[in-house]
Amino acid sequence: MLKRIFDEEGAKGALIATVSTLVVFGLVAWAITASPNWDLVQRQFFSAEHFAGSWPRVLKGFWINIQLFLISMLIIPLVSLLIAVMRSLRGPGFFPIRLMSLIFVDLFRGIPLYLLIVLLGLGIPTLRLPGVPNSARFWAVTALVLSYSAYTAEIYRSGIDAVPESQRASARALGLTQWQSMRFAILPQAVRNVVPALMNTVVSLQKDVALVGIVGVRDALREADIYTDRFFNFTSYMAATLLFLLISVPLTRVVDWYVARDRAQRAQVMA
Amino acid sequence: MEHLRGKRFKLVILLFTVFALVASACGDDTTEAGGGDDVGCDPLPTKVDGTLTVATGEPVFPPWMMDDDPSNGEGFESAVVYALADELGFESVEWVRTTFEQAITAAEKDYDFNIQQYSITTERDEVVDFSDGYYQVEQAIVGAADSPAASAATIADLAALRLGAASGTTSLNYIDDVIQPESDAAPYDDNATAKAAFDAGQVDGIVFDLPTAFYITAVEIPDASIIGVLPRSGDPEELGMVFEEGSPLVACVNEALATLRDNGTLEDIEETWLNDGGSIPTIGE
Repeated sequence: MLKRIFDEEGAKGALIATVSTLVVFGLVAWAITASPNWDLVQRQFFSAEHFAGSWPRVLKGFWINIQLFLISMLIIPLVSLLIAVMRSLRGPGFFPIRLMSLIFVDLFRGIPLYLLIVLLGLGIPTLRLPGVPNSARFWAVTALVLSYSAYTAEIYRSGIDAVPESQRASARALGLTQWQSMRFAILPQAVRNVVPALMNTVVSLQKDVALVGIVGVRDALREADIYTDRFFNFTSYMAATLLFLLISVPLTRVVDWYVARDRAQRAQVMA
Repeated sequence: MEHLRGKRFKLVILLFTVFALVASACGDDTTEAGGGDDVGCDPLPTKVDGTLTVATGEPVFPPWMMDDDPSNGEGFESAVVYALADELGFESVEWVRTTFEQAITAAEKDYDFNIQQYSITTERDEVVDFSDGYYQVEQAIVGAADSPAASAATIADLAALRLGAASGTTSLNYIDDVIQPESDAAPYDDNATAKAAFDAGQVDGIVFDLPTAFYITAVEIPDASIIGVLPRSGDPEELGMVFEEGSPLVACVNEALATLRDNGTLEDIEETWLNDGGSIPTIGE
């Protein structure tokens, strides 16, 4: 990054960037460690002994987070795209389909994820319906998928709406059916427009998976919680935080990189 | 680049704010030091002169406190606090509510002590100060009468079951450390969620402390029963009030507790509120 500053703003710019960074971070570090109770905070939140003690359990829990995250991430794009396309169908005959899509989005985007996990994870199994799974983990993932699909569907829809109407009309004029023009003309442009927003959702999902702990799943956050309550020490939360950051920071960098590349490519096309 | 730089700046601000909050929550360096020997009990070194401020959870559960109202003097812990206040010479008690975790941070507290069935353990004692125990607690397992849990007679029988407990409790630690079930025990935010998971058929049995188990099986899940009291692992488990590390009040409260124990008051309160009303089989080791 410093190299880029150097390239763009010269040696003086790079120097200013370095000095200002050192000053800012130095001030922050000083302000924190100079606090009269810093040693207390350090003992309760940043204890090496408790970090080592809680790490194996938190890591074991985090493996569950990763699994649930990957499963959700495979299903959400499919469900949400279906919902978005349903919403974008034209013509009076498709009104019921559009309505269903609307209700889906309003409902699952409107209910706080926490409540959705409780309602599905504990509520549905209590009905004891034959043939319906009663696993808390299954319903927690279902709640994640429903909630995030509702959000993601809206992102897709904004992408679809952003494609100029002339594209749809041209595709239809070429003799493509409504489905074909959606599939070959609208969606490729729509998806490309919204990839940054989609990636953002992925980062957010990665953290929200931690909510599955509510229904008894021993994920990283819950393991940290148990450790804290046993030893009255909060360092285990730092271990969990570190694990979440290890995934989300690189993920965010990838998104930044992708957006920058996409912008550069488009600039070339325009030129 | 502009975008990135803006983000970095925001992160710094955020970090700064968080730590400033942590630092300020910890207060300044005026907390009393020492183990209480050097400070007398007359006048009592309470946070607010002449007032005993006691913290508890929200909500609070029977049989420890009744009707989610700590100030009615009903329920075991409420009765103990009022007896204690009386012994210490207070006519009334100020109540505040906290979460379980709030009591265990090193931050300065605005109350004198916290009471919500904290078990005294050596690990916890390193961070906070405990009063002497005011109740010796046992763990018990609750299950449906027609479930595989009902026929469990030994710890080994229990290991095959899907078990749950409230997160952060010694009940959960008991499952993890002593029973060591084949499938990991499920931790829940509180007893209510554990009960919901039981109703949902997601766990076969839940471990509670015995008084809670009596209450739960009598009121909350009438079709479940206490399958057995679990054998003790190690030292007897006792409940204690939680004080800030180094609080000068601990010695005074312990003195009053000893009086209440010696004159039979504590036992009377226990009989009133934690009367088990029946014998429960003990699970074999």
